[in-house]
Parts: sequence; C-alpha cells; structure tokens
Amino acid sequence: MSEQLSSEAVAHIARLARLEITAEESATYAGQLSAILEHVEAVRRLDTAGVPPTSHALELRNVLRADEPRPCLERDEVLAGAPRAEDGRFLVPRILGEEP
Amino acid sequence: MTTSVGGATEPVGGATEIAARVRAGELSAASVLDGALAAIEGRDGELHCFNSLMGERARERATEIDRMVEAGQDPGALAGVPVALKDNICTRAAPTTCSSRILEGWTPPYDATVVRRLAAAGALLVGKTNLDEFAMGSSTENSATGPTRNPWDTSRVPGGSSGGSAAAVAAGMVPVALGSDTGGSIRQPAALCGVVGVKPTYGVVSRYGLVAFASSLDQIGPFALTVADAAAVLEAIAGHDEMDSTSLELAAPRCSEVLDDGADGLRVGVVSDFLADASPDCASAVRAAAEVLAAAGAKVDDVALPELLHGLSAYYLIAPAEASSNLARYDGVRYGLRVDAPDVETMNARTRAAGFGAEVKRRVMLGTYVLSAGYYDAYYAQAQRVRTIVARAFARAYGHFDVLLAPTTPSVAFAFGSKTDDPLEMYLADLFTIPTNLAGHPAMSVPFALGEAGLPVGVQVLAPALGEREMFRAAAVVEAGAPPGVRGPVGTRSAR
Amino acid sequence: MNGNGSGSGTPAGAPARAGEAGVEGYEIVVGLEVHCELATATKLFCGCTNAFGALANTHVCPVCLGLPGSLPVLNRRAVELAIRIGRALHCEVRPSTFHRKNYFYPDMPKDYQISQYDEPINVDGYLELPDGLRVGIERAHIEEDTGKTTHVGGGGRIHDADYSLVDYNRAGVPLVEIVSRPDVRGAEQARAYVSELRAVLVASGASDGRMEEGSLRVDANVSVRPLGSDVLGTRCEVKNLNSLRSLGRAIEHEAARQVALLESGGRVVQETRHWNEAEGRTSSMRSKEEANDYRYFSEPDLVPLIPDADLVERATVGMPLMPAARRKRVAALVGDALGGEAGAADQVATVVDLGLDDLVVAAVGLGADPSLALRRAANEAAQRPEEARRLDATAFSDLLGLEMTSKLSSTQAKTVLAELLDHGGEPEEIARRLGYEALSFDELAGVVDDVIAAHPAEWERFLGGESKVAQLLTGQVMKATKGRANGRAVAEALEARRG
Repeated sequence: MSEQLSSEAVAHIARLARLEITAEESATYAGQLSAILEHVEAVRRLDTAGVPPTSHALELRNVLRADEPRPCLERDEVLAGAPRAEDGRFLVPRILGEEP
Repeated sequence: MTTSVGGATEPVGGATEIAARVRAGELSAASVLDGALAAIEGRDGELHCFNSLMGERARERATEIDRMVEAGQDPGALAGVPVALKDNICTRAAPTTCSSRILEGWTPPYDATVVRRLAAAGALLVGKTNLDEFAMGSSTENSATGPTRNPWDTSRVPGGSSGGSAAAVAAGMVPVALGSDTGGSIRQPAALCGVVGVKPTYGVVSRYGLVAFASSLDQIGPFALTVADAAAVLEAIAGHDEMDSTSLELAAPRCSEVLDDGADGLRVGVVSDFLADASPDCASAVRAAAEVLAAAGAKVDDVALPELLHGLSAYYLIAPAEASSNLARYDGVRYGLRVDAPDVETMNARTRAAGFGAEVKRRVMLGTYVLSAGYYDAYYAQAQRVRTIVARAFARAYGHFDVLLAPTTPSVAFAFGSKTDDPLEMYLADLFTIPTNLAGHPAMSVPFALGEAGLPVGVQVLAPALGEREMFRAAAVVEAGAPPGVRGPVGTRSAR
Repeated sequence: MNGNGSGSGTPAGAPARAGEAGVEGYEIVVGLEVHCELATATKLFCGCTNAFGALANTHVCPVCLGLPGSLPVLNRRAVELAIRIGRALHCEVRPSTFHRKNYFYPDMPKDYQISQYDEPINVDGYLELPDGLRVGIERAHIEEDTGKTTHVGGGGRIHDADYSLVDYNRAGVPLVEIVSRPDVRGAEQARAYVSELRAVLVASGASDGRMEEGSLRVDANVSVRPLGSDVLGTRCEVKNLNSLRSLGRAIEHEAARQVALLESGGRVVQETRHWNEAEGRTSSMRSKEEANDYRYFSEPDLVPLIPDADLVERATVGMPLMPAARRKRVAALVGDALGGEAGAADQVATVVDLGLDDLVVAAVGLGADPSLALRRAANEAAQRPEEARRLDATAFSDLLGLEMTSKLSSTQAKTVLAELLDHGGEPEEIARRLGYEALSFDELAGVVDDVIAAHPAEWERFLGGESKVAQLLTGQVMKATKGRANGRAVAEALEARRG
C-alpha cells in the first residue's frame, strides 16, 4: 500500500520547498504526486539487501585544485541580474526567521 | 546552408563538410552563417525551435574565421559550422532562460566550457534552442516560451527535453546542435525527429555551465544529421575540465577514427525486454538494425535485462530529489524573476510559484518529499540501491557483449496534448533511455526507419562506460544500412 | 589514539560548579561548536580571494555566487589544513564525503550548504586543556561559509529590520566546524577550552584566530543537572557569542535561567537562543513552524576524499608542536620541581602561551637550571614577549648561570635581563657596566651576623628548626644588602652560621 499524500502533507512540502500554492492546487498536486508515488512503489518492494547505494557513477577520488587565485567577477557583473540592490549589495525584504 | 522556405531543404552539407570547405577557403563562414540565419528566419516562426538568436556574436566570429583562413591560420576543426545550443547551456551576455519564466531574460556573465570549446574550434553559435522547462519533460510542451513543433508533422511533439535542438537540426536550420540528456533528453527527441543524438559517458563532457537538473545524471551531447558529424562535435567538446569535479581525467574520445571499421567480430546484444514494451514499428526497427549488423559480421544475440525496467522508478525518485536541491537557488534574491512581498520567505515562495511551471513544481515537491525526514531511506536511499542493481545488470551484459541494441522510444512522435493530462504517461517515454543515465554509460540514437504515419524511428546503440568508440563503430554500420528517407533534414510538414 | 572525555564524571582538576552564582546544587554541562575559517588564499570551491574586509561583492564568481551552471572544485590547501586540525586534535582522519544541507536563507547562494554529514573527515579526538582535562572532540568537518547579511532599520536587529542587504564575499570561504563532546563543566572551563582550541588552530597554521574578525565563531550548548546525576539535562544552543567574555557570561546566564526554570517546576525546552551582550541575557529565537528538515543527501558534484598516506604526509609536514605538547616538553625539563613550586604550572602555560618555550628549552640544553629558566622566562622575560622571543638562548643561559652561581643577586639578574631584552649584549659585560658584583662571602657573613644580632628571638626559633622564620631572616639580609645578595647564597650563609 503506497503512501497517499494528503493535502496537508503537500502543503507542508510546499512550505519546505518555498512554493506558494493554493489549497486547490494542494489537492491537485496531492493526487498527482500520490499517483507517481504509487507507480514507483515497486522500487520500495525490491529486495536490495546487501546492495550498496550508488551516489556517483564514477570511481573518481580526491579531485582537488591548487589554492591559487583566479579572476572573479566585476561587481557590476555580480549585481547585473539583481532584482534589487543597494550599496553594492543584494537587497531583500525583511527576514523573519533566524539563520538555522 | 538551406535554400528554400517551407519546402524540402537542399543541404549544402553536414558539419564535417562545411568545416572542410571553410578551412580550404572554398566556402566563407559568413555565407554559411547567412544560410543558417535565413533558414531559421524562414521556418522558426512555425516551428519555434529557438528562444533567442546570437546573430551578432556569430557574425563577429564568422568574420574572424574568414580572416584567419585568409591569413593561413588554423581556424579550428569546426570552422564555420553553425551550431545551436540548448537554452540551458550558459552563454555569456546572451540570454539563458531554460525556457522558464523564472530566468526570463537572464544573461550569464560566463560561458559554459562546451561553449568556449566550440568557439575555439571555430563554430558559429547561432542561437539558443527551446526545451522543456529546466529540462524536465519529454515533449518540449513544458516550455514557458511555447512548444516546439516536430518538422515531420507539426501537430506532433519533437520530443524533449531538447526538442528545440533536435527539431532545428531535423529542419535543416543548423547541421549540428547541443542538447542535454538526464533520462533521455537527447536521444528521445533525436529518435522522434529523425536525427542522430548522443549521450556520452558521464564525465566525458564537462557540465560546467550546464544549468543543473539532476547532477549525477546530466550530460551534454550533440545532435547531428550523421554519425560522422556527431563524432566531430563530440571530439570538439569532450575531455577533462578542471572546472568540473566530476569530469574524467581523459582526452576526448576519438570516435571519427572508427567510423569505417565495420562490425566484423563485434558482439551485439539485443535488449529483448525492451522490445516487448515498444510499439511494433519501433521494435521491428531494432530487429532490422540487428540484421544489418549481423550481415556486417557482428555476432548478434538477445539478452534479457529485466532489472533495467526498474530504472524508471528509481529515476523518478533520484532525479526529482537532486532537482529539488538544484532549483532551490531560484529564490528571487540574486537574479531572475522576483515577485515582491513584505518578507523574504513570502517573496521566495511567491516568486517560485509564479516562475515555475506545473511540471517543475511537481518534481520539486516530489524531490523534496523523497528527501525529507522519514522518507529518505524508503525512497531515495532505496532508489540509489536500485541504481546499483541496474549498473550490475549492465556489467553482466557487457561481460558478453561489446554494445547493446534497443529501441530508443516506445513509439513515434505523439500528438500535442496527448500525454499532458497524466504525468506518468509522459514519464514512460523515457523507459528505454533512463537506465543508461543511471549507470553513467554512453548511448546514442540513430535514425533507422519510418514508422507509423511515416514518422521517424530511431534505434539505440548502448555501450559500457568509455565505450564511445565501439558505440560509434556500431552506429556507423547501422546508419549505413538504413533505408533512404529516414532522417532529416525535412521541410516543414503539416498534419494530414 | 582516542581520548574521549567522559560525559558524566567530574574531570580531573575541575571542581564541581556548586558555587557559581544562581546554580547551587547543579552542574553546568557545556558542549561547544566552534567554526574556524581556514587561512587559505582562496575559497573552498573556487579561486576567489579569501580575505576579510573587502568592498562588498568584489570577491565573487559564478561558483560562489551559485549561478546556474556553476560547479564546486575542492581546494587542496583547505583539505590539508583540515587534516592538520584533525591531527592536532588527535582525531582519526578518515575517508569522507560531502553532503548538501538544504535550507533557504538569503545569505546562501545556492540555498544549500555543501558540508559533511555522516562521513566527516575527522572524528573521535580530544583537546587537552592546560589543567590536564581532556575534552572529547566528536568531529571536525569541512564546510563552506555563507555570505553576510546586514539588517537595515530597526536598530540593526533582524526582527525589527525593514530590509536586509547581502554581501557574498564570505560565501564559500572554507570552514572547519569542530564539535566537542559535552565534557566541559561551567563557564570558566568553556573559556579555557576555546582559548586552548584557538591556540591549537593558530599553531597548526589553520587559522589566524581573530575572533573579532569572525575567523573563529563559537556556539555553546548548555544544559544543567543536579549534582551527582549522570543523566544529561535538556540543552539549549546559545548563539551570537563574539568574545571569550560573552561566552562566559552567556553560559552563566543561561545556566542560571535553566536552573530557575527547573526549581520553579518548569521544564527546559530544547531550542536555540540568541545572546544579547548589551542586555546580558539570552532570548528565544523565533523559529519557523516546522523544525529544520535539512534533507541531507550526498553531494553529486563532488567526489569522495580519501586521505591516503601521501596526502596526510604532505598536509602535516612541518607542522609545529601543539601547545599541549609544548607544555609537556617544558614541564618534563623541570620535572619533580613542577609539583612543588607554587604556580609552576602557570609558569609553564605562560611561557608556552607567549612562545618563549623554545628559549627555555634551548637555555636548559646549554646547561641552565630548568626551574630558574622557567621562572625568569615566565615572570621577567614575559614582560617583553616580542623581545624575549628574539633573545639569544646562549645569552639567556649565561645570565641564568651567573645567578645560579651567586655571582649576581636575583635583583641584579633581573635588571641585566631587562637590559638584554632592550638592547641586547652579553650578560657579563652588562653586569660589569652596571657595576654589579656579588657580595663576597665575608661581606655576606658580616651582614648575616648583624641581622642575627638584631633578631635574637627569631634566630632562636631558626636554630630550633622552624623553617618559616628562615624566610624572614633571609628577607632582612637581602634588605640590608640592598639586593646585592643572592637568595641562595643567603640561605647557605644562614645554614653555615647555624652549624
């Protein structure tokens, strides 16, 4: 029996993902996501005992670079796309939460 | 390079031919550019392959190349070749939108490594092509700039997510283009548009400058009308890049060298499990291609790889998970769209709600869920283990075979809107391409037949990691054995 | 070699904190998280300059700005310094991987931080404090720093601000986060821990140790429990500690707050609290409705880090002795005398702290008396540490020899030392120039007789075996000779007289 996502669950996920969605959308997405999860349910039931996870397809190790300066961007390039800036810095509206 | 509007095109030649002639001073880069821009102008109104053009930069480059040829300097291996770039590849000072509202008008301050390499090789970068938003989709219907139409039948999709690049090549606007492939986004549109599409081994082509979708799966690769042209482009863009930690410490694979090697002694495995899930025309194309290879001296046999079919589910857990993290940066703070609000948290949420399309939102939420506390082990970690199972299945197969043969897609190009109601249905389009990405292997689609409604059918050649040479060798044989008329370029055709 | 401090028993040398204001009957348990900015030339994942104080957003590139398409590439020097830190803290340095810690905040260019999660580079070490206590180090891992936000309006505090401005110069600077086990007891010990850790980080070359510039940032996890209990109480994390003083004050305040809560029948709620230096109190940080779910997963853009022998060797080659080892080295010289001498342990700590231990060790190597060398270095040379660090060991040793053989009195020796430090030269030559000669034995004997005559009662007591009165008599002799007598010589003269 797969996970049936409730609207509340979707609302919670949307908050985590910083996506503002309406209650109606919440319900719609709940249905669609549940359907997808049901489809991938087969994966959960597979016997993977003793099988290690693959996080990288490659066998690369220790890829390092020398501690040498490289050219950085000009300040106006950095701020070029900024929706709002002030004083050479990116401006954002009031932050409600403290930094985790 | 093309000479007519609306009707059948008359190509001047593919990429290798153009380059040879430009290098020899027989053809000017400027005139090649003129031809490409004219073809685009003539037909893009209807097909919408391009999000934006880079005419000025291309013009400057063409002038420079012609000057270099005149001066006896080496203008590069792809001198004068017009190339289109998928609009998720960063181009300095030219818009890179990923076909998303959230990056509307954003111009990167830097070039992707593949862009620098193409430019250094003398290619003319003519424009940025349409895609499914953030490369999430299989039809290019998820684009915020509107869909791209399949030149073979404009009532049908070109495939996705690199639909714009595939269609641009298929329509003869440009001889080659770059796309990106995460679960099949080069190969699938290549098959639906009757062109060659290559996904290299993971790590062979630098991802620096490719807007990330699923980092452990994404690769950039070429579209072309011929296997030879695809090899030439791959050689120009591949090879180690110090800006990408996942880039293999190798030079570009020399695939052009093996194109005339033939198939004698090559061990070819036909993935029989896939055939059962493909439409008759797609399945029979694979059988026919297998016969071509056998006739050329290959040892062909069936191979059962049922584990590969689990790949789809694992992919739709891993890819959205990585995507949910990769797309977090689009928050309205530093670039792109911002929807104002009294506090930053609300600003983020409203910006992303307005900036992302429905499919992107779905995948971001699915990915967030899959990674969230309490679900990580059951979903994400489990999917990573399935990934190992898929890789091991391939490894067993490649113990007996040099390359594998499979359908690229379950069917020919489908009609607009026919799969958009049910996301799951759309996901099935990637059934045969996904396992390759999970394993990090190379694979390519070669146009081989015309199927239902006279639409292109591609055959997929798969190889083990770093098996590009065997792959191209087999692909060249398959291509040579294909009947005429199965591949582009085609004039724009409307539905009957 | 593991040196896990125990989580329960009272560590050696540290009294139970029964007496600290407002927490009688309770023990204050502290765990410390220290973020150390690494002294590399460039950032962790890109070649932007790693420097403090530049104009906003002038040390930024596509990678540390997190632009679409950018990718991280790990800084070799950062890895070397992280390995140095691990070694200095006696950690096991092991294969590690990177993870993404996902959360939204304006100073995070990617809205995830690349860090290490369940496979960090350094684990299971310890830090030895000057008093001998070993504080367990759970882990020391590599991660990238965030940008800096300034809040505009409302007095600069985040809650009342109108808007905020973000500078990404600091984004991507390499950090090592060092997490201790909850082995520290009380504010004073916490300060000692941070102080010693800072010394280690500076000595290993990993950090410049400038807390005021933010090179070192400390968060304290504070809990209390009744004396004698071995169950950990609920802890609160205290942030915004910008100096050792703040650290101490905050811990004391927070412990008192928790005790008051418990005493009145309440419960301590596990939360993060912000230290307000001006108001002298901690306050609860307004947290979002849901607890942070960081959705950690393995960073696909980076590959595993395997610290093979070669990498570790290259990282630690030339690494100097750490403070604890240096203290042991000096203490070993002084040997048994260390236990007997009041304040000798402090002298050792001072001498190492100021970088004068090499001088002491060298002087002893040339034949100087260890206790005297230590004393003069810690008490006198320490007044001018810069000059003292440049002092020639042979000159120092010679001077100590003059004092030991009574050719100079203690007072005279100190003066010569000051002269040596300020102007250099040779001790014998300086002594001659200053007109110092030690008192001859006869002269000294004469003074001793005078003093005995002036203090008959005390002399009787001295003859009777009372040792304390000897000090008084010695002092009188020294006074009479106007400092020209050497303490040992006087003691010998008194003994001779007794005989």
